[in-house]
Amino acid sequence: MCLAVPGRVTEVYEESGTTMASVDFGGVGKKVCLAYLPDIEVGEYVIVHVGFAIQRLDEESAKETLATFERMGILTEELAGPEEQVARAAQEAGR
Amino acid sequence: MKYLDEFSDPDLARALLDQIHEATTGQWALMEVCGGQTHSIIRHGIDQLLPDGIEMIHGPGCPVCVTPLAVIDKALEIARRPEVIFCSFGDMLRVPGSRDDLFTIKSQGGDVRVVYSPLDALRIAQDEPEREVVFFGIGFETTAPANAMAVHQARRLGVGNFSLLVSHVLVPPAIEAIMESPSCRVQGFLAAGHVCSVMGTSEYPPLAQRYQVPIVVTGFEPLDLLEGIRRTVVQLEEGRHEVENAYPRAVPAEGNPAAKAMLEDVFEVTDRTWRGIGEIPRSGWRLSPRYADFDAERRFSVEGIDTAESAICRSGEVLQGLIKPPQCEAFGRECTPRNPLGATMVSSEGACAAYYAYRRLDLVEAG
Ligand code: SF4
Repeated sequence: MCLAVPGRVTEVYEESGTTMASVDFGGVGKKVCLAYLPDIEVGEYVIVHVGFAIQRLDEESAKETLATFERMGILTEELAGPEEQVARAAQEAGR
Repeated sequence: MKYLDEFSDPDLARALLDQIHEATTGQWALMEVCGGQTHSIIRHGIDQLLPDGIEMIHGPGCPVCVTPLAVIDKALEIARRPEVIFCSFGDMLRVPGSRDDLFTIKSQGGDVRVVYSPLDALRIAQDEPEREVVFFGIGFETTAPANAMAVHQARRLGVGNFSLLVSHVLVPPAIEAIMESPSCRVQGFLAAGHVCSVMGTSEYPPLAQRYQVPIVVTGFEPLDLLEGIRRTVVQLEEGRHEVENAYPRAVPAEGNPAAKAMLEDVFEVTDRTWRGIGEIPRSGWRLSPRYADFDAERRFSVEGIDTAESAICRSGEVLQGLIKPPQCEAFGRECTPRNPLGATMVSSEGACAAYYAYRRLDLVEAG
């Protein structure tokens, strides 16, 4: 959880008074809070940590980073859903 | 050079390594602060590609590893209560408390849920108003803005059944504590890139000055690490001790002003105990008085916890860079990711787990 992953903003919307976005991480979509980068527009890249965009990033760097993460297997680990994470913990615990 | 072809740009990696080798004449000990950097260094064998004169010391920058035992035990006590839905990042599930872990409580029927974001926990609280929803708010400056926003929203939307068990830690006081320690060997720091994405770089020049150490803000991809190491070594060789930003694509000097403003509103600085290290003054955040109603420690009055750390675990020495994981007798024997004795074996960003995943076989081969 301590990593931050770049992704492309595909949609920006309001939800209970907060700016939210749909962000695509190399094919995996997540809902992300844009409160800390409210002027981001659709098509821009942001660095996302635990569901929050913390900085913008240029497209080229974002793509390179995504490719590196993909190769290192970080992307699947960081973007794993809750069930997968619980299953992983169960497997590690040998239960 | 068995790992070089795994770099995204092997030629650039080669060039950076050549420059590091060329520049190095002295013996230098550098510390990478962030656990993601530790993982990446061990995974890519970066420490083994460096000149013999350069030693990488793995710092305390894994939030899962340094969350104090007392806080883990409080989390376990709260999570056991029938009225509570305890929400956490997945990495915390298997961190050993004094007796068990969150995963055990979950398998015994406790309502422990893994969420991707603290806002997911807030949503659960809105959906299940008759339950108490507690989110385990751990992490460094990178994670704190997310947790701050969850509490801020809870107050704004009047979600009274949501609270935060807060155990935030801060990087600059940890650097200070490391430099003040009499056994300190660190001569230069790779500062954690994403921490600076939020906080900016202004906290570091006074530290670089006071302790005469170069501090280079560094990302955690392999090439970023090589560049951070290169710049630190060049400074050391030239006798300079400055703050440099080797990760400008993600770190503007001012950080993220909106996030910083929210942090200032929701949190206040407090002394914090770091697991394996001890108390570091003014090294953490707790909820500010304005948000005290959302403090899970108050709401559930979890006091009188006695903690018991494993007697053989040496993670404190690992976290301070005094030993490398394989120097612990229990490494790979009594202590494995399946049966971790200390938090540094649980998280993939912990040094013990990184060595276990990527170095264990080398060690066996080397006899
Ligand atoms: S190998 Fe296990 S017991 Fe040894 S220091 Fe690491 S976590 Fe502690």
